Amino acid sequence: MRYALYLGCTVPIRNMNYELSARKVAERLGIELVDSDQFGCCGYPMKGVNHRTALLMAARNLVVAQEMGLDIFTLCTACTGTLTEASVVLNEDEALRQEVNEELEKATGKRYNGQVKVHHIARVLYEDVGLAALRDQIKVSLNGFRFGAHYGCHYLKPSEVFEGFDDPEAPHTLDELIEVTGAEAVQYNTKLLCCGGGVLAVDEEVALAMPQAKLQELAQAGIDALVLACPFCDIMYEYNQRRVMRNVDPRFQLPVLFYSQVLGLAMGMSAEELGFSLNRVKSKGLATKLAALEAAKP
Amino acid sequence: MIESTQLDPNFKDEIANEPGGEHILSCFTCGTCTASCPVRVVTDRYSPRKIIRMALLGLKEEVLSSDFIWLCSACYSCHERCPQDVRITELINAIKNIAVREGHVPPAFRVQVDLLRDHGRLIEIGDYDNERRAELGLPAIHEQPAEVAEILKVSGTIALGAAAPAPAEDDAK
Ligand code: SF4
Ligand code: SF4
Repeated sequence: MRYALYLGCTVPIRNMNYELSARKVAERLGIELVDSDQFGCCGYPMKGVNHRTALLMAARNLVVAQEMGLDIFTLCTACTGTLTEASVVLNEDEALRQEVNEELEKATGKRYNGQVKVHHIARVLYEDVGLAALRDQIKVSLNGFRFGAHYGCHYLKPSEVFEGFDDPEAPHTLDELIEVTGAEAVQYNTKLLCCGGGVLAVDEEVALAMPQAKLQELAQAGIDALVLACPFCDIMYEYNQRRVMRNVDPRFQLPVLFYSQVLGLAMGMSAEELGFSLNRVKSKGLATKLAALEAAKP
Repeated sequence: MIESTQLDPNFKDEIANEPGGEHILSCFTCGTCTASCPVRVVTDRYSPRKIIRMALLGLKEEVLSSDFIWLCSACYSCHERCPQDVRITELINAIKNIAVREGHVPPAFRVQVDLLRDHGRLIEIGDYDNERRAELGLPAIHEQPAEVAEILKVSGTIALGAAAPAPAEDDAK
């Protein structure tokens, strides 16, 4: 398994813990991630401004992967949605591809051949590696940990571009990926709620009101951490957690982890090498469990 | 009271001709979209069904100059549930694209256009960031703005920026 690693704008600056743990886990699983200096913004931010600009930006990234002869491996779900959608429409619609290629060639001198596919890390783990192979790699069971899975909207939607992967109304892949580590994936009512990240740039007040219900429900459920796989969701649930919960409980603390960090722990890596020191919200409960996990290692 | 002079009966066709807006005429205003919308839960200012109703009625100026069209979080909940396959998330994007062409651009997006033009990405990479990356054993990232800036130019978006282009080497003042 060999992919072009597409980091996007946010992860390599704000979520080095996600990148670090993703790279370590991939390496251990024999997934080769190839870096490129040529990738840029996926195009998502321009969708509301100019649909064609966004599509051209996405196509430019697909061309970078085309030149590497590889499919794309993503970490951010917003990038995943944008690049997947672009690859599906451009790969299938030859007339549109021609049209876009005329403009792309004018701007960059290159054309897209319609061959590249896009895969989010969790989808690669679920589909290409598979739960059985992952189970073989579990060295330290996370039995006793309780996590709440948050599915980034663009990990699964719009469902027509994800070719039947998972179920947008009852998603289960991230829950299964959590359970393979021995941890419990807690079921909860607000599971499908959007983080609000899409509104943050336009209206902070509206955006910051959106993560509250989920954070409250999960804290009441007594989980150890919210587990996600997207830097935008992380901005809303972790980076802005204090502002989101200010009026409800100024001392509110619910740790947020990236799935690759959870999997890394179960594969026997230490919290330190998985970048846990960069997770902003700490809790005594989680720290105690992590220390116990480390102490129990042979 | 809506005066008929404020109505533009062609607005719905304009939307239907915009990529993403094609299915607007299939809406039978059932309200499933609004009932599914997480933005609606936190603010009354937003309702996808109402936006579609207003658009079908021809309230062009009111829709295009509104703040509320920019409140969609693009979660696709409505998109998955709409019984008429209206593709609301893309439809709202189509309306936004028309609004931008008519000069209604939220300041945040003007800033983003400039960032993309100058850095090729939304978050600038400083030396400090690459030093931190090196400490963690992660490879350095280099900005690649040239092709992105050309794309912004070719697709006519570059002019929406908030600031003048970065000064060229020869003469800046
Ligand atoms: S769910 Fe679809 S058909 Fe129903 S009101 Fe919304 S857009 Fe119209
Ligand atoms: S995509 Fe936009 S309109 Fe549709 S449910 Fe989500 S926030 Fe509401």
